[in-house]
Amino acid sequence: MAGQEQRRHERREVETDEVVEPVPPAPAAGAATTSASDSEVDDLLDEIDDVLEANAETFVRSFVQKGGE
Amino acid sequence: MGLETEFGISAPGEPGASAVVLSGRVVAAYAQPAPGSGPVRRGRRPTRWDYADEAPLRDARGFELDRARAHASQLTDVPPDVAAEVRPSAGLHVAEELEEAGLANTVLTNGARLYVDHAHPEYSGPEVTTPRDAVLWDLAGDEVAREAMRRVSASPGLGELVLYKNNTDGKGASYGTHENYLVPRSVPFRDLVRALVPFFVSRQVVAGAGRVGRGQTGEQTGFQLSQRADFFETEVGLETTLKRPLVNTRDEPHATAELWRRLHVIVGDANLSPVATLLKTGTTSLVLAMVEAGEMPDLSVEQPVAAVRAVSHDPSLQHLLTLRTGERLTAVQLQWRHLEAARAFVARRQGDAVDPDTAEVLDRWEQVLTDLEADPLRCADRLDWVAKLRLLEGFRRREDLSWDAARLHLIDIQYADLRPERGLHARLVGRGAVETLHTPAEVAHAVTTPPEDTRAWFRGECVRRYGDAVAAASWDSVVLDVPGRTSLQRVPVLEPLRGTRAAVGALLDRCGTAADLVAALTGGRPAS
Repeated sequence: MAGQEQRRHERREVETDEVVEPVPPAPAAGAATTSASDSEVDDLLDEIDDVLEANAETFVRSFVQKGGE
Repeated sequence: MGLETEFGISAPGEPGASAVVLSGRVVAAYAQPAPGSGPVRRGRRPTRWDYADEAPLRDARGFELDRARAHASQLTDVPPDVAAEVRPSAGLHVAEELEEAGLANTVLTNGARLYVDHAHPEYSGPEVTTPRDAVLWDLAGDEVAREAMRRVSASPGLGELVLYKNNTDGKGASYGTHENYLVPRSVPFRDLVRALVPFFVSRQVVAGAGRVGRGQTGEQTGFQLSQRADFFETEVGLETTLKRPLVNTRDEPHATAELWRRLHVIVGDANLSPVATLLKTGTTSLVLAMVEAGEMPDLSVEQPVAAVRAVSHDPSLQHLLTLRTGERLTAVQLQWRHLEAARAFVARRQGDAVDPDTAEVLDRWEQVLTDLEADPLRCADRLDWVAKLRLLEGFRRREDLSWDAARLHLIDIQYADLRPERGLHARLVGRGAVETLHTPAEVAHAVTTPPEDTRAWFRGECVRRYGDAVAAASWDSVVLDVPGRTSLQRVPVLEPLRGTRAAVGALLDRCGTAADLVAALTGGRPAS
């Protein structure tokens, strides 16, 4: 994984001349997962899908809190 | 130490309802005996809070804020004035209900306080001595919240009420999860600040709960590590509700003031994953131990307030922080520095015979940092931000969603929904996808039972044994109302490590009533 290599290099502060493309802000899930855990993730997403509030737009808009500490 | 959680609250069927009134219902529902839980004791009422020792305006830097200059939300030493909540058009009964709700407070048999803080129900857990116990009584608080939710939702005439263990609505409001650590007064406050600022800048990679949206109102799209990072505006200060500081200076020790200060940490997120809570409290305790011993290396970073946000806004964990020395490190690498210092410190102190609690924190800390460097997704079973990001990325990939999609904001909020059947974290626990540290039976026990090794034991046991005779209580007092005495009898408990089961268990066992206890404590002084 490019990101992993880059981190290793920075940590050891060697090969600083090796230019690595900046990693996009959010790591892509699954980039390092195997197909077995992919099916596990799909199974998980199916379960989550079943319990998610039906109207996301309305729900998110109406979730308003007062400030606290 | 102890943990406090202000819960997010909503009543889907009553969109315009006052959050103070809803929060009051939560506290009142829990303060009353559960339906079918046996005979209701006559006159049983919630235990009031004893405000005598509260001093929210005292500053650890050695001065006190002028009351007149304080914001109303800082005046937490008096029952809240809810007049501001009442709309002019509202009838008298609304004002009365608000007044009652704003005062809602109870002290639980596990030593915790459950009350309405601002416009949220808050569970302030009992004092504990280990990170594992901090986790246990924090989980007990989640169960208290669940039970209160169930009771309100089951009450005739009241609609469903939902509690969330999160810290922002994504629209500009934030509410806190606070940690409290007992620190000797002899430790200079500036040493605490110097150590804690860089530690808090980097701690989010472990303790962040994850958030969809960036900026206080979510004005920018994207994912970030922390719920709270965007709400901190200054490095050091007294406030908790506005201009929030990374290090809070409130000097309200709730203990013998000459000996102790209570470090009030407001920068953290509410964690649902037990390992995240263990590491949050355990690693902070280790840093404090090093400061106390004068052995904490200086890891100060440049522009820490901006750095907190930059770290939070970069889930790839690549952002480089600049230390005062000029060195550049990622937040994970900065956490490694803290871990290495802690390992060396513990080795100097304890050699090979490291106590199991400390050993567990050090080992888990190392494992998490190793996994974060290899592939953050490996931490999905232990860290909240990773567990949440895994779900979000899954849906993003499957449904080709952009970061401003309502579905993703929904997942962010519903992750923290405390209903077992609807909460996404709860579903992950149900699937065995979250590493747990305690059994459900241990958590259930902690809902009703105080920790044995702090004064929380005395407080909780007084409430359990003497019930109605406990007129009020606070962190450092129990106030008893006993027959034959015209005035209330206030028992101070200023030392957090006294009032333990070992110290006062036999005494309480001997005293069948609160009157017996007062007699024993006053050495048989005649009733006044």
